[in-house]
Amino acid sequence: MSGNTLDPYSSRYAVRTRGLAVSEIRALFAVANRPEVVSLAGGMPYTAALQLDAVGSMLGELVAHNGAAALQYCAGQGDERLRERIGDVMALEGITGASADDVVVTVGSQQALDLISRIFLDPGDVVLAEGPSYVGALGTFAAAEAEVVHVPLDQAGLVPAALAEALDALAAAGRRAKFLYTVPNFHNPAGVTLALDRRAEIIELCERYDVLVVEDNPYGLLGFDGQTLPPLRTLAPERVVYLGSFSKTFASGVRVGWAYAPPAIRDKLILLSESQVLCPPMLSQLAVAEYMDTQPWREQIKVFRELYRERRDAMLDALGALMPPGCTWTRPNGGFYVWLTLPEGLDAKVMQPRGIHERVAYVPGIGFYADGSGQREMRLSYCYPPPERIREGVRRLAGVVERELELRATFGPQGRRVTGPRRTGSAPGPELA
Amino acid sequence: MSAGAVSAVTAGPAGSAADLSAVVLAGGLAYERDVSIRSGRRVCEALRAAGASVRVLDADASLIGALTADPPDAVFIALHGGPGEDGALRSVLDLVGVRYAGSDAAACRTAWDKPNAKVAVRAAGLSTPDWVALPHSTFRELGAAAVLDRIVERLGLPLMVKPAQGGSALGARQIAAAGDLPDAMISCLSYGDTVLMEPYVSGVEVAVSVVDLGDGPVALPAVEIEPSSGVFDYASRYTAGTTTYHTPARLPADVAERVAEVAVRTHTVLRLRDLSRTDAIVTPEGTVEFLEVNVSPGMTETSLLPMAVEAAGLELGAVCATLLRRAADR
Repeated sequence: MSGNTLDPYSSRYAVRTRGLAVSEIRALFAVANRPEVVSLAGGMPYTAALQLDAVGSMLGELVAHNGAAALQYCAGQGDERLRERIGDVMALEGITGASADDVVVTVGSQQALDLISRIFLDPGDVVLAEGPSYVGALGTFAAAEAEVVHVPLDQAGLVPAALAEALDALAAAGRRAKFLYTVPNFHNPAGVTLALDRRAEIIELCERYDVLVVEDNPYGLLGFDGQTLPPLRTLAPERVVYLGSFSKTFASGVRVGWAYAPPAIRDKLILLSESQVLCPPMLSQLAVAEYMDTQPWREQIKVFRELYRERRDAMLDALGALMPPGCTWTRPNGGFYVWLTLPEGLDAKVMQPRGIHERVAYVPGIGFYADGSGQREMRLSYCYPPPERIREGVRRLAGVVERELELRATFGPQGRRVTGPRRTGSAPGPELA
Repeated sequence: MSAGAVSAVTAGPAGSAADLSAVVLAGGLAYERDVSIRSGRRVCEALRAAGASVRVLDADASLIGALTADPPDAVFIALHGGPGEDGALRSVLDLVGVRYAGSDAAACRTAWDKPNAKVAVRAAGLSTPDWVALPHSTFRELGAAAVLDRIVERLGLPLMVKPAQGGSALGARQIAAAGDLPDAMISCLSYGDTVLMEPYVSGVEVAVSVVDLGDGPVALPAVEIEPSSGVFDYASRYTAGTTTYHTPARLPADVAERVAEVAVRTHTVLRLRDLSRTDAIVTPEGTVEFLEVNVSPGMTETSLLPMAVEAAGLELGAVCATLLRRAADR
């Protein structure tokens, strides 16, 4: 009998799918969602904090009174009433006077990222992105076969001098980045926020080097001090495509996001979106519009802020009290994530099995880099577990790090480190992204 | 005992599982949870196709209550790694009084621990690569560099480094240079406290499943494994298209017979029951080197035992049903 690869379609796949493979990391994530495990990995909004009875009644009313429209196709750009409500949200985020005509509703902001990648990126094109960067964005850039050049960030966000250096290096090589992808507020995964003075600097650099900006702002209304810094979009409206989402302010399950783009780009977004999904799901769109018209959504955002602030405090307190010397971490003022750097010589991916054994899960840093770096780093989420579970999770994590330090003391400093391009399998699935 | 007598394997008439009530255990909290869930789903579908009434349960805090509230005729354990294979869960099933297909707890404790299994099969006259198995504490107390130097001197290079317990090649690495050993040790010890090192043996990699459907343990056709990366690691095992499988293995008849004998002998020596899968290397000289044995073999769409079952002309559901019925009658 001849050999069998168990995949009769091998010769038919596109070249770009050849690296797709299961991985040990994803296997370990399968355990992370069990209740016995304290998951500091998942980026899931705490939807249980919604007024679910009221939302349930609202959805029932929606279908009972407007079901024929809610269960129907709609325009590819998205429902007009929702696009107007999105203008209300963006006003809170710092963008006033946005025209509903320039808003394109998408299936989460993830679809917007994919559309932008398809519109702008040819294979080999360069995208600039923070290092680390949002894993879902890296996935769309990889699918477009683009090259991601990471720009370091610090506690004040993307470092302008490093951006200038990267732009210079590209120019010297005769190349130009198609766009800068950035999450300026309460960054995923780093938790940091781009300082006010840096915003102008970054826009000035992008103007000088003629680089577009894709500004992704899913966490902008989740600042714990209620402060909203001016979006990059307000500094250069014609240079910035702005992405927003209802996943964190209402519900990730409705899968409703948007792109707010200059008209020429908007038109391409609409046409391409129609070829992808015909139209965004009308039921979800009307649910969001109805939610904004009938429910106290601004007060709900305050509820989310307070809830996440309490959990952030629990995590930072526990990290400060329990983590071994040599660990450092960011101190987010909003959003969902703390970015932790391990002591020299440790590798977050390597120690992940021990974490699972000790019933604590996190996301190793390598999934947030396109170039395979980030071994010493990890993302910790505080959005989902209650404070007492966060403290328990950090206690377990501290033990895992202590044990790993013992191993490193036994076997000596890190040897040759094999790094390379990011493999799709090294990233978490959507429930963890 | 018979070896290679595939034609002797019978799995009962089609539809014979109609009155069988079974529970498939899948999931658990071991590293192989994801694989286990897929194994469990496949076994469940196969049993249902054979006519059995099947529930899938996870190995969690609700398990004992669920089994005692509605006891099945027997349990099929599709848990991989940890309690599903080390005997712990089987001890609990014994306590609860629930029958299960597969080896008992005592046999699992030996087979699950690779060094113990190697001791047993070598004592029985089978060939297995030399090995050293040590816990982290030994390296810490005696000095890792000195101990690793002696290991390399004794076993040579290249080496296989793997956790003393566990499956799916998780934590396993092939090491070509002594300088790579410290990092391999750290990776390996993240999966368990003891590391097993043995010389890397090149040759034809085979997996031989053994089932006992009532007439004693019988080896199914050996599956030859040819990973395109050269290493049968986790990705090669569970990503379709990355490994070529030859069933039966492309071995001369006499070698194929010896491979089958080794698998059945391993099954017998380790006092295994119902089913097992022995992984081995056939050297260019034709020696069959035992590597490890699995008491809860993978049952996914890329797993080896289902391939062997199919190659033997059997139905997976009928085989599982027969094993469960035998368990229920014990």
